[in-house]
Amino acid sequence: MAEVIMPKMGDAMEEGTLLKWLKNPGDEVAEGDPIAEIETDKVTLEIEAAESGFLTNTLVEEGDTVPIGTTVATIGGEDEVGKGAPESAKPVAEADEEPEEPAADAPAAEEAEAPAGDEPAEQPETAPVQVATAEQEASAEPVARADGERLRASPLVKRLASEHSIDLGQVNGSGPGGRIVKADIADFVSGKTPAPKAAAAATPQQEPAQAASAAKVPAEGASVEISKMKQRTGERMAESKRDIPHFYVSTVVDMSAALDFRKQSNASLEESGGKVSVNDLVVKATALALADNPTINRSYVNDQLLQHDSIDINIAVAVDGGLIAPFIPAADQKSLGAISRLAKDLGTRAREGGLKPNEYQGGTFTISNLGMFDVDEFIAVINPPQAAILAVASVREQPLVRDGRVVVGHQMKITLAADHRALDGAEVATFLQSVKHYLEHPMLLALS
Amino acid sequence: MPVKTYRDALRAAMAEEMQRDESVVLLGEDIGVYGGTHLVTNGLIDEFGPKRVIDTPISENGFTGAAIGMAMAGMKPVVEMMTWNFSFQAADQIIQNAAKLRYFSGGQVHVPLVIRGPNGGGVQLSAQHTHSLEGFYGHFPGLKVVSPVTPEDVKGMMLEAIRDPDPVIFLEAGALYGTKGEVPDGDYTVGFGKARVAREGADVTLVAYGRQVNMLLRVAEELAKEGVQAEVIDLRSIRPFDTETIIESVKKTNRAVVVQEQWRWFSVASEVAALIQEHAFDYLDAPVERVSGAEVPAPYARNLEVAAFPSEANILEAVQRVLYQESK
Repeated sequence: MAEVIMPKMGDAMEEGTLLKWLKNPGDEVAEGDPIAEIETDKVTLEIEAAESGFLTNTLVEEGDTVPIGTTVATIGGEDEVGKGAPESAKPVAEADEEPEEPAADAPAAEEAEAPAGDEPAEQPETAPVQVATAEQEASAEPVARADGERLRASPLVKRLASEHSIDLGQVNGSGPGGRIVKADIADFVSGKTPAPKAAAAATPQQEPAQAASAAKVPAEGASVEISKMKQRTGERMAESKRDIPHFYVSTVVDMSAALDFRKQSNASLEESGGKVSVNDLVVKATALALADNPTINRSYVNDQLLQHDSIDINIAVAVDGGLIAPFIPAADQKSLGAISRLAKDLGTRAREGGLKPNEYQGGTFTISNLGMFDVDEFIAVINPPQAAILAVASVREQPLVRDGRVVVGHQMKITLAADHRALDGAEVATFLQSVKHYLEHPMLLALS
Repeated sequence: MPVKTYRDALRAAMAEEMQRDESVVLLGEDIGVYGGTHLVTNGLIDEFGPKRVIDTPISENGFTGAAIGMAMAGMKPVVEMMTWNFSFQAADQIIQNAAKLRYFSGGQVHVPLVIRGPNGGGVQLSAQHTHSLEGFYGHFPGLKVVSPVTPEDVKGMMLEAIRDPDPVIFLEAGALYGTKGEVPDGDYTVGFGKARVAREGADVTLVAYGRQVNMLLRVAEELAKEGVQAEVIDLRSIRPFDTETIIESVKKTNRAVVVQEQWRWFSVASEVAALIQEHAFDYLDAPVERVSGAEVPAPYARNLEVAAFPSEANILEAVQRVLYQESK
């Protein structure tokens, strides 16, 4: 079926008046036949049939004025006469003015995330604020603002909320006009116990044991040449254990939320080819904890304590012939993605022997992660002159007690070895709590 | 690395390229015998002679047109506008001919022309002699527009500009000819379309070009004292434009302030703000702020001139707004 529209007869023309139908519904028309007389603001002329057939419907009364582009009639087969008319005479082009359209001012339409039609447009004045009912939790996005007020949230917050299933109705907005901003989400997440997600939790990731270079001891005890790198590491470690009064503090981190977070991040990063590892999360969490606890980010040199402004985190990498620890400069200032890319690049080049001296000489804090080797826990030796080193063990699926219930979750033990000349137990414990806090509230890693 | 002034780095780029390439010539008012109003070309006439360092009459439209003709015929002229304000006299040649000949000729005719000179204000030259024209020239397809701020960049970008096959509008930081910085010896180029991260930070992205970059670095120092780590991006190249660096930064910081000396309406900062909302809408935690020149012709009186241009205090206020520090 072909539509006959009100034609545009000149740039200034916006509407036309149908003066007279020259054909009636049911009449046979040939292409080029005049079917109606129209009048513009300048001229009177005829509309011609664009194809042959039967005039099936006329949709505009004589004398009506309609915008250009409006369908005024249809042409089709004989059997279509009088039926199957398009829904309405609607402008299909250049509909600048929509006089008949109701103004689109219903609040629900503005609430991008509100389920259409689910909520009344206006909340009753007594609508409880900040109280989550079961119904609200069941709906995708409650709108629990006072007096039906529009929920204001920054685009970033809306994205985070939908990715992490956060109910924005529960979040206080500190921005202008009550806008919910990133800091509000951070506060909200910090104060919230992560929901048990045992069923959805990922299995502990087993990184390929790419750097397993455990030397095989010859059965007969033949002498093995020690690599240069091993000699230097050995000297430094001996010096460290000899001179530094080490003490150790351990804690267990609930990694369920972190694994979940990693799974979500990697799903969204898949297209760009990047993948965030558990170690990347540990690096970022440690960097943020160091920023919160700057006394840990120190070195002990010649009986003096040096406070480092920059947080440069070394990552111990096992390579053929020994161990090397390139560092990620200003790790607290880098996004998780940037840390991940840099760590991957440094690791690859470390194993290929392609590191530049300025990439491993330096650093203010070291992380040694044996998580990929299935270890319960271990203690690392301080990398002098730094004041501490963090040893990270494997993530294990384990029964956990949460809110008085036994659930299946994921745990990881971390142990800090600290120089007692530089640090005391309480500040180290506080720092570890901070690392743990960031790892257990992984969205903070994305927010900072 | 040797330390040079912005002026000397610029002169070195031109002199070195003139030694390498005989087709490079300089044109402009008082650039030869007098050494240039800003002494950028000082001494070059002694080294290269009056056929390659050409003192022109006071007729921007005429000598710019002559340079376009020379460029079409295979030479590589570098034209000095004593200040960019005088380029209005030559705007017809620049916009109607230099920018369009390649297009008109279906790519058969290139115009390897550089037009350079001091841009912007801050030195009490009053309304007719104080304009920031990056938005104006950046508007026209066919022109490349750059605005280096460091001595290292000004040399590398001038070499890139002279070798570019198409017309380049080279906007120098007029108030900074005497500033010093490390400049590599010898031949190197800084490619167009790549912004420079002048300082890394995770809390807020500050974007500028030209002398406002230095202002941002000072503001970033102030912010660091309060624990706010600002990332400072020097655009360097207005057209072509490096969207990627800005978007990557904003995705990290979720906030941006764009600073420029020119007027706000229809400006570079407006373009940056638009690109950010196009490409990083879901990462924004606050509206993008623009800090710009006051909407008046540049005043002569020192106190009014200072008030008409972005100040460190204005920028700090804008940063506080995007960080929501007012409401806390």
